[in-house]
Amino acid sequence: MSKAARRVLPGFNLSLGYTLVYLSLLVLIPLAATFIKTSALTWEQFWQVTTTPRVLASYRLSFGTALFAAGINAVFGLLLAWSLVRYSFPGKKLVDSLVDLPFALPTAVAGIALTAIYAKNGWVGSIIEPLGYKIAFTPWGVLIALIFIGLPFVVRTVQPILQDLDAELEEAAASLGAHRWQTFRQVIFPALLPALLTGFALAFARAVGEYGSVIFIAGNIPLVSEITPLMIITKLEQYDYTGATAIAVVMLLLSFILLLIINALQGWTSSRTGRDR
Amino acid sequence: MAGAVAHAWSGANARKYEDSAATREPWLVKWTIITISLAFFGFFLLLPLVAVFTEAFRKGVEAYFAALSDPDALSSIKLTLIAAAIAVPLNLVFGVAAAWLIAKFQFKGKQFLISLIDLPFSVSPVVAGLIYVLIFGAQGWFGPWLQDHDIKILFAVPGIVLATVFVTFPFVARELIPLMEAQGREEEEAAVVLGASGFQTFWHVTLPNIKWGLLYGVILCNARAMGEFGAVSVVSGKIRGETNTMPLHVEILYNEYRFSAAFAVASLLALLALVTLAVKTYVEWRAAQSFKDE
Repeated sequence: MSKAARRVLPGFNLSLGYTLVYLSLLVLIPLAATFIKTSALTWEQFWQVTTTPRVLASYRLSFGTALFAAGINAVFGLLLAWSLVRYSFPGKKLVDSLVDLPFALPTAVAGIALTAIYAKNGWVGSIIEPLGYKIAFTPWGVLIALIFIGLPFVVRTVQPILQDLDAELEEAAASLGAHRWQTFRQVIFPALLPALLTGFALAFARAVGEYGSVIFIAGNIPLVSEITPLMIITKLEQYDYTGATAIAVVMLLLSFILLLIINALQGWTSSRTGRDR
Repeated sequence: MAGAVAHAWSGANARKYEDSAATREPWLVKWTIITISLAFFGFFLLLPLVAVFTEAFRKGVEAYFAALSDPDALSSIKLTLIAAAIAVPLNLVFGVAAAWLIAKFQFKGKQFLISLIDLPFSVSPVVAGLIYVLIFGAQGWFGPWLQDHDIKILFAVPGIVLATVFVTFPFVARELIPLMEAQGREEEEAAVVLGASGFQTFWHVTLPNIKWGLLYGVILCNARAMGEFGAVSVVSGKIRGETNTMPLHVEILYNEYRFSAAFAVASLLALLALVTLAVKTYVEWRAAQSFKDE
């Protein structure tokens, strides 16, 4: 079958060759450069560069806030996806379109807008700072920015699955005497779980590497509110290319692991629901 | 985000859940969920958008247009347009080729190839910029050679274009792959059997089927290309009037405490984002229409 199809439609060799060459030149070879550059370091040197107190603090901040933000987005993203699929309310079309805003809005624009809102004289900052709370220029500011950029990942992975969920299952559960909450917990939620975890992982992966929307609101105080991508920039500005690259390798390895997890989750989603991703 | 057109849906069918006792929640539960989710949406998504335009016009309309007609602002707009005008077509051609390959043929390692195409999505933008520094920078692989031949890639337009291509790499491909997979290959096979050339088949059979998905992929790719910050900031060198793109110009103005001017330029980018979302909504609506017609 596959050989026959290959013979009928033209362009297999051309598109394969083009795809591989373009992919290699622009993505694979440049990415390999980081590993080759880092291989000049011994293990001890690599370990030393990537575990200084300042860098360790940046991992804690980047991973901690990314995890926290992805968790918040998983909860509220699920609620939002539920509202968009299950209920009618005024302005729904508009809300549905604007959910993708963080995909389309440049990160620097989001960054300065969030800073303006949460800074001392901003809409939110001017209310909470007199009460003794501070969001801008603290790790909380980082969290707010990561919530902003991660939300559509959860909504857009859960929404189509919820959409395709067979209503007959719920009717069956109800006719067997299940309470609505029981139906949700035992019928709907298990079906949504793979998609929800996928959305969570996507939001987390994006948040760990995020730069533009975070650096304005973070304040970038060493050991307190410096994210890992900023550590790379800082090293580059000091012409410490090896140090910058070593940290980049740590981040890349994490990205690869996350990518594998996300692929496995997506495989689980499609086996659960019988739909292709 | 991927496959928005392939999974187009019409928002009106919530009725079917609300009309059946088995699939609806009590009134109080329903409105609590709607209120919480809309409050979250409004607070985290809508508020920043409103803030951009409010701050942009804080010092009045005159200051707004003065900030936009500043020579440095104009040159940053020009550079952003140039970078997008090169990066988007490159990724458009790649996206079509990759989607054709993946959707129309069976071969080993297909899933792995899809993962590789997705790779730039999960790489931090800062790392995306760094990799080109390692290759073309003064201490990089080609650095000395480029210097001898007086070719500038880093801290110049080619570097900005490369970084932009990297971060927008998967957009068109990711949009087209699920769409073309869903459409199968019978129509193309029929055309080829009837004697059409490869190019004719693509132009007259495939393209009309994928045009809405293609349009959406291109517009999303373009939004990201014009708005990219992290990767471009690493490779640009931020030379004012020369290698500053719009997002970098926003950063510089902001760091100089010229907030209104920064938000004025930012408002142009926010407008671009809104246009992108409007096109997306239109494309989804068109895709749902054509789905209904079939």
